Amino acid sequence: MDWFYIQGILMLAGINLIAVLGLSLLTGFTGLFSFGHAGFMAIGAYLGAFMTVSPTTSPAGLGLPFAVGVIAGGAGAGIVSYFIGRITLNLKGDYFCIATLGFGEAIRLILNNVQLFGGSRGWPGVPYKSTLPAIIIVDILAVIFLANLVRSRHGRNMIAVREEELAAQIAGINVFKYKMIALVVSAVYAGVAGVFFGHYMTFIQPKMFSMTKSTELTIIVIFGGLGSISGSVLGALLLTALPEILRAFEIWRLVFYGAAVILIMISRPKGLMGGMELTPAGLRKARNERKARILALKESKNGQNGEAGLG
Amino acid sequence: MADILEISRLTKRFGGLAAVNDVSFSVPEGGIFGLIGPNGAGKTTIFNLITGVYSLTEGDVRFRGKSISGLPPFKIADMGITRTFQNIRLFKNLTVFENVLTACHLGASYSIIDSVLRLPRFRKEEKALFKKAENLLSIMGLTERRDLVANNLPYGMQRRLEIVRALALDPTLLLLDEPAAGMNPDETEQLMRLIVRIRDEFKLSVLVIEHHMDLIMGICEQIVVLNFGIKLAEGCAADISKDPKVIEAYLGATEEV
Ligand SMILES: Nc1ncnc2c1ncn2[C@@H]1O[C@H](COP(=O)(O)OP(=O)(O)OP(=O)(O)O)[C@@H](O)[C@H]1O
Ligand SMILES: [Mg+2]
Repeated sequence: MDWFYIQGILMLAGINLIAVLGLSLLTGFTGLFSFGHAGFMAIGAYLGAFMTVSPTTSPAGLGLPFAVGVIAGGAGAGIVSYFIGRITLNLKGDYFCIATLGFGEAIRLILNNVQLFGGSRGWPGVPYKSTLPAIIIVDILAVIFLANLVRSRHGRNMIAVREEELAAQIAGINVFKYKMIALVVSAVYAGVAGVFFGHYMTFIQPKMFSMTKSTELTIIVIFGGLGSISGSVLGALLLTALPEILRAFEIWRLVFYGAAVILIMISRPKGLMGGMELTPAGLRKARNERKARILALKESKNGQNGEAGLG
Repeated sequence: MADILEISRLTKRFGGLAAVNDVSFSVPEGGIFGLIGPNGAGKTTIFNLITGVYSLTEGDVRFRGKSISGLPPFKIADMGITRTFQNIRLFKNLTVFENVLTACHLGASYSIIDSVLRLPRFRKEEKALFKKAENLLSIMGLTERRDLVANNLPYGMQRRLEIVRALALDPTLLLLDEPAAGMNPDETEQLMRLIVRIRDEFKLSVLVIEHHMDLIMGICEQIVVLNFGIKLAEGCAADISKDPKVIEAYLGATEEV
């Protein structure tokens, strides 16, 4: 394995990670499942390409700098998600999930028919702009933004929505608003990931953003552990690299991939990290929780006296 | 004393069933008000109507003189009405402290930008929220369980934590839905004292649903009795327990508790 190959895997993992981090906020922290986030990636990829593709090589293309493409892709996906949220976030539980699935497929079908962008044949000539350092910087910024958001009253409100929606409302939390924030942030992340993806592949095609892609992202979040940023990071790195490493096994590759995921989920049903964070503060919190649980167990064993003192 | 909550001609129909039918009563400010009745009488439905979880079919709910019917639950909570649930609804996977801290959120106003950039406003307000949560835990005797995941709390403590979480919103009206359910007489006794203490210390009004007659008779200044969604009687504990209509409704209905 040469560096070029490894670098390619790292870049793909880093790009996936951007999208996974966004989805982690929506699914892991706010408790909303989506099977359409590849649609937001597609919006990012196509909008980004529209900004950067040189007008001389393709009829659609403005030839603007890559940074403009990144911003446009993220913003575009965010804006679309806002309108999707307006329609779907009032739906109860599973209906939101189904609506996102429909959205993702609709985006793909629309792009299949936009001849300006090459339709289903795809759109070649996207400039190669994604570099490993740029992806790493975006990943780091994405983690910092997410970690700081999650550890604030806004993040706690989202977690409350995940834990117990009715109780969250009664605690004065505007559930719709916080679901919307989570959705828009996750869509912006997916959009940015899409821009980087397009400018890494240099060729984009609607079928790259199918439901399989959406499902892959959701699987990574669940695999890493709902409500854990470190879990999402580990999950994205492992599950992007794994299929590539397994490429040597040819047709058995997906079998091994599936088996590996199933094995982890059986041995760790709450995912790799199970809601825990691999940070000094995260480990301290986990230790304190364990200590408190052991103490509580001891007390309840020492007779029922431990329960007294309600007044 | 002024009335903090006025319920007038409240009706809620589920299809053909009138779960609450033309019920009116008022909760005086600073009072502890009891709501009793056999199973399925419509007590919880009234709480759901007050807190905006259900939309009412007819009638009006006024809080501090203003109509609150039609408002979403989070706005009603923001105005100062909060509640506990008959079947406990804690944030199960969060610790005791996190449960309370989350509910303290109305005390802060920093934005998402403030949070992401960790600006001074975030730090200052966040510190105040932590302090408030710690303080509540210590007043309510839960400091020792601070780091325990709510799900692992003993049952009685879970009920208490739900009350603490409600208090974190600085309510002026607290609705308790069967707070003593599943408690032994000892715990019930302690809970009674706790409710009175909360009312005095936090200066709020309490509306409590309960099947434990000792609790209701012991602390409620005024009681409304419901049966099949209809108001059967209203009065002080002594009157209620002598009312023949109430006795009849309860024959065989509440002996279980
Ligand atoms: N969401 C709903 N849809 C349909 N019917 C409902 C709904 N909520 C309550 N009901 C019905 O309304 C009636 C009153 O229910 P409610 O829960 O208010 O009773 P309750 O007085 O709290 O009884 P309990 O003591 O058992 O808690 C019951 O017949 C119940 O089946
Ligand atoms: Mg009830």
